Amino acid sequence: MKSYFSELFTGGWSLIVGLKITLKALFTPIVTVQYPREKSVITPNYRGHIDLVKFEDTGTHKCITCGSCMRDCPSDCIVVDGEKREGVKGKFCTVFTLDFAKCSLCGACVEVCPTKTLDYSDEYELAGFARGDFQYDLLKRVEERE
Amino acid sequence: MAMDVEILDDPKHHRYVLNMGPQHPSTHGVLRVLLELEGEYAMELLPVLGYGHRCHEKIAEHKPAKSFMPNTARMDYLGALIYNHGFAQLLERATGIEVPERAEYIRVITSELNRIQSHLLWYGAYLLDLGAFTPIMYAFDDREHILDILEDVTGSRLTYCYFRVGGVSKDIDDKFVTSTRAFIDRLRSRFPMYEGLVNGNVILQKRLIDVGELDPKICSRYGITGPLLRGAGVGYDLRKSEPYSIYDRFDFEVPTETKGDCMASFLVRFREMEQSLRIIEQALDSLPEGPVMAAKVPKKLKIPAGDYNSSVEAPRGELSYYLVSDGTDVPYRLKVRTPSYSNLSVIPEMCQGMLLSDVVSAMGALDLVIPEIDR
Amino acid sequence: MELFYSILPELIRIVVCAVCGAVIVFGNALVMGYAERKLAGHIMLRPGPMEVGPHGLYQLVVDGLKLMGKQLVVPLKADKPLFMLAPILAFAPVFVPLLVIPFSDKLQGFDLDVGYLLILAFASINVLAILIGGWGSNNKYSLFGAIRSVAQNVAYEIPMLISALAIIFMTNSFSLKEIAAAQSPVWFIVIQPVAFLIFIVSMVAETNRAPFDLPEAESELTAGFHTEYSGMSFSLFVLGEYANMFIICSVATVFFLGGSSGIPLPYFEYSGIIWFLAKVYFLMFFLVWIRWTYPRTRFDQLMNFCWKYLIPFSLVNLLITVVMVKLL
Repeated sequence: MKSYFSELFTGGWSLIVGLKITLKALFTPIVTVQYPREKSVITPNYRGHIDLVKFEDTGTHKCITCGSCMRDCPSDCIVVDGEKREGVKGKFCTVFTLDFAKCSLCGACVEVCPTKTLDYSDEYELAGFARGDFQYDLLKRVEERE
Repeated sequence: MAMDVEILDDPKHHRYVLNMGPQHPSTHGVLRVLLELEGEYAMELLPVLGYGHRCHEKIAEHKPAKSFMPNTARMDYLGALIYNHGFAQLLERATGIEVPERAEYIRVITSELNRIQSHLLWYGAYLLDLGAFTPIMYAFDDREHILDILEDVTGSRLTYCYFRVGGVSKDIDDKFVTSTRAFIDRLRSRFPMYEGLVNGNVILQKRLIDVGELDPKICSRYGITGPLLRGAGVGYDLRKSEPYSIYDRFDFEVPTETKGDCMASFLVRFREMEQSLRIIEQALDSLPEGPVMAAKVPKKLKIPAGDYNSSVEAPRGELSYYLVSDGTDVPYRLKVRTPSYSNLSVIPEMCQGMLLSDVVSAMGALDLVIPEIDR
Repeated sequence: MELFYSILPELIRIVVCAVCGAVIVFGNALVMGYAERKLAGHIMLRPGPMEVGPHGLYQLVVDGLKLMGKQLVVPLKADKPLFMLAPILAFAPVFVPLLVIPFSDKLQGFDLDVGYLLILAFASINVLAILIGGWGSNNKYSLFGAIRSVAQNVAYEIPMLISALAIIFMTNSFSLKEIAAAQSPVWFIVIQPVAFLIFIVSMVAETNRAPFDLPEAESELTAGFHTEYSGMSFSLFVLGEYANMFIICSVATVFFLGGSSGIPLPYFEYSGIIWFLAKVYFLMFFLVWIRWTYPRTRFDQLMNFCWKYLIPFSLVNLLITVVMVKLL
């Protein structure tokens, strides 16, 4: 009999405590961001898909077509090819594509790159309707970039 | 499945088959549970797996062991860093690479942050299963701070691939240290709120106490580990009982309960967050300077022939990697022992004779992560 | 012609009442639909609807249009007549109780002697709607929701009626207007706090709101009895739910919060409706508030709570009231 009433009162009190907490929250400022209208600042260390770096001194990337990234990639999503050209030391890179649909953003390619010409982009708003939308031609991207 | 055909064929059978899942709000992914009901009481249960199977173990046999690291994160998306940790440790043990001191500390700090993150998500999702919609938002508010901290250092928010064989891929900075310390204070100040809103709530207690009781015997029969086992009264935590990495240097407790019901594992998980905060605090205090990668990690990581094992304490229990090598850099066989698989297998015995609502609370208490079961 | 002129005022009255009823039902659904989402949002530290119109004000209108435009999907092997009948049955009866609610001294459709009984009778039809909707859907989850709903509503009608009986004994009337008028010095919440608490709890259970939303129980039964409903048939259930909330909160206001009494305003016979609506929406706010605070109860615990706590307490309360009424 005693537990019958004590349960009622402790239980009732716990319910009131809960109500107090949510009432307090009702008058607390919101913490969310209305995403497409306002965007939270993204950290510079964000790892998006890879991109070729445009170096200041040469005005372009420094890929030597060594193929390390291609070999180290766990998902085989990078294709690099090049040819020998006059006046260019090493090979000249003609193809550098990334199949981002396969990429798992592990960062192995960036770490293995001997000339540090690979880096992560900070793009995160990526959506597409077909697999082909994620075939990135990184050489074209580096040309178009400012 | 065999079960429902059998029942439907039997005209005298008065039981009722309910197919819970693969799309159901409380199976948390593509788990299917066949329930044989009498009224609202579940008399037989049959978990059906395999909807999300991606052959991770087979993939491991086809590429250099080092390249398997991103896959580990995809097995348990909530404890990605801890899965990274286990695998990096496995390869380090196999090849004898020494991890620098600082890297070990960073691993512990980030792993524990990851564990808190996982528990916070479980906390919210579990309450969602029980019908409380608000706590998940509060838990996600806190979890978001961890994700921001981890994003700053690892570069991603969920499926981290941060640990490398021989260290970690990026050093932490002062900003990481200050924001982690700020987070510790924040989460500590939030605990009383959670206790008031949720843990003390009479409706929640009624829903969890005496539901889904497990005793140590059942646990050992099914190989249940983690908070469920600790809730049953066995203080088995790999960080304490078989300290890996540098966990033996920290002063922390392994929270245990005795009853083994849903409330016990609920409280164990809740208290574990506090213990993880303690570990992080101590690790931050004694963080040494130095490199974060071992000096000599060969590009082609040849694993000497033999078999190797590495176990870590994942948020859901004991995680083991077992690797057999034939001397090349590609593993001959990699076996992953994930905790949720064993924890799930207890469902038919644990939930027998329960109300449908209790099945939901018992399944939530298991804290299932389906990709980890179907790996 | 003579006859026509004699019943004309009554006819006009009926038409006006029906129009007012419709305005209340739809207006209330708009207000509550918006307020519930907004309040839920702010309790969860998020803004709620924000995109359509200033602070998402037009969201409900857009939602309504969307739901009207949707196809009515009838599941294969569903009992089609029952399936289609259920939402109508959930929605149609809500107009009748509105007629007897005294919004202010003069604003009342009809002052029936058995006003409260009328409300109880028509509110119970909602259970039938849920039952046939759940049965007709040919869905196991819907059936569970329906079964739960019947047991729950039948059980909780008892304490609700008994706690209200205490008031009825005190006022000696079933007429809502007389009950409201009897509280001129002190509201009955002061004299009958236990009855008020019991009434509030049963009210939550009767309207199938969280933490007693077992017929819907979305984490267990996906969506309970309305799992298979889409488009307008679904929105009729929602309209019915909000209208039932409004009715039952109005009853609580009349019984315990003094109806339309309050600080006098000009033309108080009419402007009392402001106080009345303020009290009703305060109770509605309370319903929303607890919905977003508590976890859901389990079915057997819900029944235990009713039989072990609410019914004995309401009986004892009734007994004490009767004795006191006799003595004083």
